[in-house]
Amino acid sequence: MYELTNVTKKYQQGGRTVTALDGVSLTIPDGQLVAIQGPTGGGKSTLLQMLGALDRPTDGTVELGLANLSRLGDRKLGDIRAKEIGFVFQGFNLIPTLSAQENVETALAPLGVTASERRERAAAALASVGLGDRLTHLPAELSGGQQQRVAIARALVKNPTVLLADEPTGNLDEDTRDEIMDLLEGLWRAQGLTLVVVTHDTAVAARAQRRLQIRDGVVREVA
Amino acid sequence: MVGTSSAPELEIHVYDLPAPELAGRRKQTAIVAIGMALAIALVIIVNSVSSGVRLAQANVLASVYGVGTDITVNQTPAAPGEGEDAGPQRFDFDAADGTTADGTTSVSRTRLEANRGTSTFAATDLATVGEVDNVTAAAATLSLTNTTFDGALPDRTIGPPAAGEAPPEGGPDGAGGSSFNVDSFTVLGLDPADTAVGPLSAMTLTDGRTLGSADAGANVVVLDAAYATTATLAVGETLAIAGTDFAIVGLVTSASADAATAANAYIPIDVAQALSGLAGQVSDIYVQAASSTDIAQVQADIEAALPDTTVKTQAELASSVSGSLATASDLASNLGLWLSLIVLGAAFLIAILFTISGVTRRTREFGTLKAIGWSNGRIVRQVAGESLVQGLLGGAAGIAIGLVGILLVNLVAPTLSAGATASAQAASPGGPGAGFGQAAQVQAPVDIALTAPVTVSVILLAAGLAVLGGLLAGAIGGWRASRLRPAEALRSLA
Repeated sequence: MYELTNVTKKYQQGGRTVTALDGVSLTIPDGQLVAIQGPTGGGKSTLLQMLGALDRPTDGTVELGLANLSRLGDRKLGDIRAKEIGFVFQGFNLIPTLSAQENVETALAPLGVTASERRERAAAALASVGLGDRLTHLPAELSGGQQQRVAIARALVKNPTVLLADEPTGNLDEDTRDEIMDLLEGLWRAQGLTLVVVTHDTAVAARAQRRLQIRDGVVREVA
Repeated sequence: MVGTSSAPELEIHVYDLPAPELAGRRKQTAIVAIGMALAIALVIIVNSVSSGVRLAQANVLASVYGVGTDITVNQTPAAPGEGEDAGPQRFDFDAADGTTADGTTSVSRTRLEANRGTSTFAATDLATVGEVDNVTAAAATLSLTNTTFDGALPDRTIGPPAAGEAPPEGGPDGAGGSSFNVDSFTVLGLDPADTAVGPLSAMTLTDGRTLGSADAGANVVVLDAAYATTATLAVGETLAIAGTDFAIVGLVTSASADAATAANAYIPIDVAQALSGLAGQVSDIYVQAASSTDIAQVQADIEAALPDTTVKTQAELASSVSGSLATASDLASNLGLWLSLIVLGAAFLIAILFTISGVTRRTREFGTLKAIGWSNGRIVRQVAGESLVQGLLGGAAGIAIGLVGILLVNLVAPTLSAGATASAQAASPGGPGAGFGQAAQVQAPVDIALTAPVTVSVILLAAGLAVLGGLLAGAIGGWRASRLRPAEALRSLA
């Protein structure tokens, strides 16, 4: 469960201070599917970075389960990212020189998994997203939808408790968008994940149990 | 194994192995590896040629001073005192000298003298040197030159022709002329019982036998093989030294096939002293120190014990090697060293810059890896592992190129000429005019083919440099990558 209390995040940008998050308080129970919408520059990505233990707030607290993410050091935050949190990015962010299987294995590298187990789990994760026959393909040899599937396999191979998706369908056409959303929704149901999706796309947001709107650093519930 | 917590240091396996990662960046890998390879090849070649040059210098010295000689002692000749004979060698003939036949008088005279420009000193100094601490062996030699003057001149009993008389007859040309020959060769007297130190120690016997302790006082001679060939002499024949016939018992060459030996003829020192009238005199003492660290002390002690002598160490002798060998030595040690340092520095710089630019280009990649939980240490190891592999690829290629370069040097085997300035010197093989007015310190030019030896240490040095270059570039690149904040790394590409 996420518990955000009075979270404020300020950046220095070109000599002036930008308030990306302005006193956000928010609770996300375990297993919820949440969509976050809002205009560009409204604070969506910053909120996702707070949830993803990628950054610490300037003020306020971010708790994930028993861990206070706003107080932990870089190493501890890295451990939490490695074990608890899966990321899916708009640009897929696969490593271009590695095969699909090797890309998925990178998520297991920090967990002290043996090489053979790593290969097995990566292959199984790729099979679960429908890419069991694409293990040795490089990202450039895969379509956008397939690349995002590899990224989803990479995010889920470590069995995280949270999956954070930043515009996961932003680079995909409508058909592929629906495929990917079906896949994410299916995995969310099957694994009991907390799934947070940042999206511009109302069709994507409509699938969520709960919709949040963020504008000027302030979050409000969308009925 | 990657990812096993028991062996985290092996996680430089680069996402599993560096191979797939580096194969995907062939261009960068190739440029860094080629730069490293050229630098390492240059280091190997320069290093190898330098040791070849040093080897050549050692050969030149060994041929003149013998193997194992650390220090030589001799005496600088003093300027001739007033009334002393400072002129050139003289051969005086009385009216009754020579034999006359057919109007021609033949004369012949041989002198065995200390080399011009060398000075002899008491043989008792050898004992003094032997008593110095840390001297393990010392041997004395007497450097001599045997000069034979022979000639034919017209019968001096015939007076100048009176007016209207026929011109004189007789003499070598039958018209009253004269003809003279001068033949000289160098003779080195040495202790036949002790050949461990001194010039003979560096020589290889090619025929007959060398001198032994039983030869003391005997008229036996060992010849330099090159001189024997020139003078058409062989073992079993005799050579006249100072008018005394010596049995030729052996022939020697320099241990280094390229260099001449120290003298033309080697005889027992007691015989040399007696024939030259230099009883109890020696011209050089060869000293071996207990260890290389004792040389300075031994030199100082000998100088203190024998203040009139000149005491030189092998290192000082090395500086006396001259000619193109010395030039090559300077070239190898100065230009070669700086060139390889500069190229090595450039290669390291290229590796570092390419690694840093690679890290910058891969901001998204490292940001993503950090987002999915990679620690800074893991990322540094990743980048360092990749660089190390690039360095090793370059190192392996560099060693291969370097070995080819060394092979080429050895195939071409450029000839260097060298001279060692020394008192114990081989004069040019005898011939008319030789031996007269020789300069005090004669150069015996020696042609040495340069060989570039390959040593394990050079290969290890190259491998070490490859690892060092790879790790250096990797450490700097990895440090850059680890400083990326994941949020900013990801934001920068949004």
